[in-house]
Amino acid sequence: MTVKFLLRGKEYEVKAGMTVRHALEKIGVEPESVLATRGGELITEDEVVREGDIIKLVAVISGG
Amino acid sequence: MKCRKCGVKAVMNMRQHKLALCKDHYLEWMVAQTQRFIEKYHMFTPQERILAAVSGGKDSLSLWDILWRSEYNCDGIYISLGIDGGVNYSSESQKLAQKFADERGLKLHVVNIKNLYGETVPEINQRTRRGQDKPCSVCGLIKRHEMNRVARDEGYDVLVTGHNLDDEAAVLFGNILTWSTGYLLRQGPVLGADHPGLARKAKPLCRFYEREMAAYAILRGIEYIYDECPFAEGAKSIYYKKILNNMEGDRPGVKLSFYLSFLQARDSGLFASPVDDEAKLLHACPTCGQPTSAPGDCTFCRTIARIPGTRNEPLSDSDVGG
Repeated sequence: MTVKFLLRGKEYEVKAGMTVRHALEKIGVEPESVLATRGGELITEDEVVREGDIIKLVAVISGG
Repeated sequence: MKCRKCGVKAVMNMRQHKLALCKDHYLEWMVAQTQRFIEKYHMFTPQERILAAVSGGKDSLSLWDILWRSEYNCDGIYISLGIDGGVNYSSESQKLAQKFADERGLKLHVVNIKNLYGETVPEINQRTRRGQDKPCSVCGLIKRHEMNRVARDEGYDVLVTGHNLDDEAAVLFGNILTWSTGYLLRQGPVLGADHPGLARKAKPLCRFYEREMAAYAILRGIEYIYDECPFAEGAKSIYYKKILNNMEGDRPGVKLSFYLSFLQARDSGLFASPVDDEAKLLHACPTCGQPTSAPGDCTFCRTIARIPGTRNEPLSDSDVGG
């Protein structure tokens, strides 16, 4: 089983057991540019992702 | 990670402050910090009338929410730019701004550029080609003019915007790359109304990271427009933000320190320049009355004058909705 990360319509998979920060680094997403949510709740970057988790990432950078 | 204040599970960790907080304490902290910044930079007082520029995005709606909770006398202004981009960008963001205002019983001025000047911002851009393919330059020009005009005409003491620290750091980064000392001198938490026709401007969120503002909106349940402006793709500001965030990842606090040390340097006179002379050259535009350094009409009025049949004159009640 893996953990899914979703960001702006894209889906990434990582192994369970790592922290959110580590997982973001693995999938090449800058942790400062997103917020992680699980089950609709914000979670901090030290949270360990578990098998079957779906982590929705909220992009926070806007500009123009 | 535990909340530093109560020990329950934290929802937000601010590495630059070495501070993790639970939902309730985070929301409380954001409101208290905003008040601290308002006072520290002498932005405005509870007795003054405030106009908040709202776009329907996370920052401006969160700012309005914080000021409302802090019992400031604050109305909003939304400028409908007529940007579609395949996602009804302007109409969706206007709906969210209006919904926010209605739910709290707040007054929202709506300025519709097409109703007022006959064309949308992208259409005006096509006519003037000021920003080549993208209307960002024209958009900024029109927004600045309209926000200032409504603030002045409706008698507000101060215009507030939702610029966060990432916005400010990105602008600062860009201006340093080109050593635009005139812009550097004018960047800060407050821009005084130092000319007739100019409203005072303040940025109460200028010390909050962008992710802190997004967290505030999410935790408060504020519905904001998540889609990026269709014209923002490839924007320099986003590019600079990415660079700064890469640095922040390695060195927590670097963005905050970059901005705060700039303010300190500016206040100590590092960027004193011939801008003073430039400021003396400002005069009132004969058409709209706003300050300009250009001879004759200001850039805004010259841009609008290119639209056939334009009426560039004071608004009627139907143009500015309350």
